[in-house]
Formats: sequence, C-alpha cells, structure tokens
Amino acid sequence: MLSLSRTSWLEILAEAWRVYPLEACGLLLADRSADGALIDESGQADRPIQRFVPLKNAANSSRVFQLDPMGYMKVERMADDDGSEVVGVVHSHTHTAAYPSATDVREATMPLVPPTWHWVIVSLAWGSPELRSFRVQGQKSDWLLAWGSDSEYKKGSEYKKGTDKWGIAEEQVWLR
Amino acid sequence: MSAVTVRLPTVLRQQANGQSAVSVAGSTVGEVVDELVLGYPDLKSNLLDEAGTVRKFINVYLNDEDIRFLDQLETTVVEGDEVAILPAVAGG
Ligand SMILES: [Zn+2]
Repeated sequence: MLSLSRTSWLEILAEAWRVYPLEACGLLLADRSADGALIDESGQADRPIQRFVPLKNAANSSRVFQLDPMGYMKVERMADDDGSEVVGVVHSHTHTAAYPSATDVREATMPLVPPTWHWVIVSLAWGSPELRSFRVQGQKSDWLLAWGSDSEYKKGSEYKKGTDKWGIAEEQVWLR
Repeated sequence: MSAVTVRLPTVLRQQANGQSAVSVAGSTVGEVVDELVLGYPDLKSNLLDEAGTVRKFINVYLNDEDIRFLDQLETTVVEGDEVAILPAVAGG
C-alpha cells in the first residue's frame, strides 16, 4: 500500500504540470527507521512516504522518462545523510491513463531496479488528474541472483512475458 | 595508482557488504571498476557483461560527469576522485 500525504500528492501534481507536455519523474523517500505499520490486503508492510523529490527527465520526452542518473545519486546521498531511503519512483503520463505501459513493465522488472519499489503513475490525459501505484510481483531478486549473462537476461524477459510470475500489480493508495 | 571513492546506491550495497562507499585504487576508471569487482565479486555480473564491458543499463560517473562524455573507461582518475555507479531507471 502507498501512503502518501496530500502535500506530496500536490507536489507530484505540480511537477507533472510544470514539465508538461514532457513526462515528469522523481523519487519517493521514506524514513529508514519508521515501522512498516501499514498492512494492506496482501499483508505487505510499507512505510509511509515522507517526501517526493522531483528529478530531471534525462530523456526529455513526452513519451518516455529516464531519471537523471546524477540526480538519482544525489538523492541517494541525501538519504544516507538524513536517515531516509528511496522506496519508489514516480512518473507522469501525458496522453494515456495511469496504468503501466509495456515499457514501464519491462523497465520495472529490469535487474537492479529495486523490486520492492512503488511505481507511481500520475496521468494528466484528462480533465482531472489520476494517480495509481503499482508493485512488481514475484521473486525478482531470486531471478536477479541467478542471471549471469545477457542471453540469460533476454531469456528471463521472455519468460517474464509468458507468465504471471513477473507481473506488476496495482496496489492501494491512501492519501493522508 | 590513486585511491578513489566508489559510491554505490542502495540496490548495489548488498553485494558490497552493505557499504555505501568503498575506497578503491586505480589509475583509470576501468581499473577502478576491475579492482572493485575483484574485491566484491558479487557485483561483477551486475556491472559487467562476459566481455568485461560495463552493461548498458549501468551508468558510471566520475566527479558528477558521465564517463561516456569523458574517455569512457580509459578516463584517468586522481587521488580523491569520486566514482559513482548506478543503474538506469526508466519507463514510458
Ligand atoms: Zn509510464
């Protein structure tokens, strides 16, 4: 479950409109020491989002996003210093609904994208903005440890496509 | 050989005994990366392909500059430099 303050929601929305018609992106941080007090239907315990940090879309596009890598590193550094942790990524859809695109699913399940991250999408396609959050399902980390070569990785992607094992599923959003 | 700091994001720390930064010696970025994976072998398959090339979805920065815009892995490092290694996070 994603627990988001109304302030963070407004900040996400403001950033999405600020860079419109380009896709906006950024990271979500939670307090490292906070309890995973929120338990959703699936029994997953999540810490509330402490803040949203907007990042430059390095792809500079209205169709795709790439987190500015140096900005990402700076957020990691900041998190080390203030005791928080990156727990999710946000991006906007300018012309489609707030559901993951095929590219989103592929990228979310890439090696080294943390499998526990919230994938939050905000859509500006229609009059009122909508926000949804998704999580990668399945034992991605086991698979990550097992992959050894690009050819195996490709096989992994195909495998993923053909089964439910590596899917991405919507989670509840609680605006607090 | 210069001692440089290699900074790792959370997702790579597990393979480096939980450290967020490690000190590694080398005279080029490539040597630093080789030395890093020698010291922390679990990082190797995540960072390099079988040919020893840095994987496409891995970005390597030297003092906040992408090494793709410098001399790639041949880029010279000096004492006190900071190398950052991090995965690309993207979507559509
Ligand atoms: Zn998307």
